[in-house]
Amino acid sequence: MAILINKDSKIIVQGITGSEGSFHAEQCFDYGKNVVGGVTPGKGGQTVLDANLPVFNTCEEARKTTGANVSLIFVPPAFAADAILEAADAGIELIVCITEGIPVQDMARVYSALENKTSRLIGPNCPGLLTPGEAKVGIMPGFIAQPGRIGVISKSGTLTYEAVHQLCQAGLGQSTCVGIGGDPIIGTKMVDLLELFENDPDTDAIIMIGEIGGSMEIEAAEYIKENVKKPVIGFIAGQTAPPGRRMGHAGAIVSGADESADAKKKVMKACGVHVVDSPADIGQTVANALKTTTA
Amino acid sequence: MKIHEYQAKELLKKYRIPIQDGVVCESENQIESAINSVSTQFNAKQFVIKAQIHAGGRGKGGGVKFCPTKDKAIEAAKAILGMQLITHQTSEEGQKVQKIMVAEALDIAKEYYLAITLDRAKGQDVIMASTEGGVEIEEVAEKTPEKIIKVWVDPTIGLQAYQARQLAFGLGLDKDIIKQAIPLFINLYKCYTETDASIAEINPLIVTEQNQLIALDAKFNFDSNALYRQKDVVDMRDLAEEDPTEVEAGKYHLNYIKLDGNVGCMVNGAGLAMATMDIIKLQGGDPANFLDVGGGANVETVKNGFKIILSDSNVKAVLINIFGGIVRCDRVANGIIEAVKDLDLNVPVVVRLEGTNAEIAKDLLGNADLDIIPATSLADAAEKVVIAATGGN
Repeated sequence: MAILINKDSKIIVQGITGSEGSFHAEQCFDYGKNVVGGVTPGKGGQTVLDANLPVFNTCEEARKTTGANVSLIFVPPAFAADAILEAADAGIELIVCITEGIPVQDMARVYSALENKTSRLIGPNCPGLLTPGEAKVGIMPGFIAQPGRIGVISKSGTLTYEAVHQLCQAGLGQSTCVGIGGDPIIGTKMVDLLELFENDPDTDAIIMIGEIGGSMEIEAAEYIKENVKKPVIGFIAGQTAPPGRRMGHAGAIVSGADESADAKKKVMKACGVHVVDSPADIGQTVANALKTTTA
Repeated sequence: MKIHEYQAKELLKKYRIPIQDGVVCESENQIESAINSVSTQFNAKQFVIKAQIHAGGRGKGGGVKFCPTKDKAIEAAKAILGMQLITHQTSEEGQKVQKIMVAEALDIAKEYYLAITLDRAKGQDVIMASTEGGVEIEEVAEKTPEKIIKVWVDPTIGLQAYQARQLAFGLGLDKDIIKQAIPLFINLYKCYTETDASIAEINPLIVTEQNQLIALDAKFNFDSNALYRQKDVVDMRDLAEEDPTEVEAGKYHLNYIKLDGNVGCMVNGAGLAMATMDIIKLQGGDPANFLDVGGGANVETVKNGFKIILSDSNVKAVLINIFGGIVRCDRVANGIIEAVKDLDLNVPVVVRLEGTNAEIAKDLLGNADLDIIPATSLADAAEKVVIAATGGN
C-alpha cells in the first residue's frame, strides 16, 4: 500500500531533456518502470531514454496522452513556480518539485494558488519520495532502502539516507520515505504526512527528521499527541548550530515560538515522541520503540 | 543578504517613506564636511552618529551617540569610525566600523515598531506593528503578544487599504498621523515585495514633536534565491561586512560557517552536516565549522573544502562524512586521495564514506598509503575524530 506513490503511479518528468531531468528520469524509470513521459516546452514530439519515453510541450498534453497522475519537476528556479502551477492546472494529483533556489515570493503565490486545487505538492528543494520496491519519484538512491513498514518523513536529504541506512541495518524496511524539503514555504508539511502514515495499514511506525528553524516540528508534535497512535521517532538536526547572527527581530516574533533544537525536542518529548539525541541512534531507537509497543 | 542602515533608508526614500536623513562617511577627513552638510541640508543643530555594521544592538555596544553640538559630533564620529564594535549579534572580537552615518537628531514624541516578514506557518507575509517600539520587541512578543498587531497579506492580491487602516487604527494613532501612516504601510509592503526582501523592519518608527511620522532606523534582509532578478539589491552588498572565509567558500559554491571548535567537518547536505556537528559535540568534541559541499563532491570541491577548513588555525583534525546517493563514493575517495597528496596536510583526517560504491571507495583509501583514518559508521567517525583532535591515537 504505502502512501502517495506505488507501482501503479504514472510519472511524468517536467524538464526531462535537461541534464538533471534526463539523468534522474532514467533512474526513476529503472527503479519502478512507471515513468511514462516528460515535458519540455518546444521539444514536444521528441523521445528520450532510447525512444522509451515521449516528450510533450505541455503538462496537459502529457496527462491526456499518458494518463499521468504524478509529476516530477527539475525545472530551473526561475521557471519552477510556473511549472508547478502548470502541473496543478493539468490536474496532476501529486507534484514533486526537486528544484532548489526558488524565490520565496514565487512559492508564496504558488502556495496560495494551490489552495484552490486538488493537487498535492511535495517540496520544493527536496529529494522526493521513494516507496521501496515499487516507485521512486525524486533523487533518493533506490538501493539504500528496502521494503518494509516504517514511514519516513524528513526535512533533509542526505540525513534521510543516513536514517534509512540505519533502519536497514536494524532489519527494518520502509513503507514510504518522503523528503519534504527545507525551504520556508513547502507544499506538504509534517502534519499532512503524519495523517497519511497513521491511516496507512502498511506502516507500523514513523520517523520524523526535523531541523532547527520554523515551527513545523512543534505543530507536528501537537498533532501527534492528539491523533497519532503509532510510535513516532523524532530527531532534530542542529543542536550545536550557533544561533544565527540575526539582524532585526521580525523572524523570531512571528510565531513567538522558540525554534532551537532543544525547544523542539522538549515539546516533542512532552507529546509522546521518542526523541533521539544522537543521529547515530535513529535506527536502534525505532527498533526499541517497536519492541515496547508490541510487547 | 543584509544591507546597512543607510542603504535601507535610501531604499525607503525611493518608496517615499520619510526617514531620518544623514550623510555617510568612510574616512576621518570626511567627518567635518559631513556634519556641515547635515547641518545645512536638513537644518540640523544636533546630530546622531551611527555606526554602520551588519549587526543589531549597535546602540548598546556604543556605536550610536547623540551629539548636542557640532564639536561633540566630530569627537563622537572620530571615536566610532574604526572602532571594534561588539554587540550581542557580532563575534567576540566585534566588527570593525568602516562606515558611519552622520544623521540629523529628531525630537521623538512616540516610538513604534513596524516590520514585514514571512510567516512560514501560513505561507504568507505578515505585517507586524506595535506601540512598543524601540525596546526589546522579542520581550513584548513573549510577555504581551496582544500588543503586536498582525495582518497577513494574500500574495495573489497584495496588501489592501483596509488592512493598512486596521494597522493604523490598531496603533491608536492620531488623525493626522493616520493620514501619513496608511501610505507608509502600503509603500513599505510595495518596497518589500518589489525588492524580494525577506525582512523589512523599521524600529523605531517615530512620531516627532512636530507630528511627523519618520523611520528612525531600518533593517532589510533579502531572499538570496531571488538575487538573480534584483541587480540593484546585489549592488548594495558589502563584502567587508562578511566573514572573508565564508565569502571565499561561496566562490567555490561551498556553504561554510565558521565556529569556535577544533574539529573541521566536510559533509554533503545541510541536514547531515548539522547532524555530524551534533554527534561530534555528543562525543565531547567541538566542531570548528559547518561545511556543506553539496551534491557535487568531486576532487575540486574536496580540495577547496580542505583549503577552507584548514585556513582556520584552530583545526586539529578533520572529519569527512559523505553519504553518497547520486554522488559516487569512489569519486569522493579519489578526490580525498588527490587532495591529501597535493595539500600536504598536517592534521589527522577521519573519513567515513557510505552509500553508492562505498566498498570500492574503502579499498581505494586503504590502498592509497596515506595517513587517513577510516571509519565505519557515523558514531565511529565522531569518536575517532574527537580522539584525533585531542592528540590521541
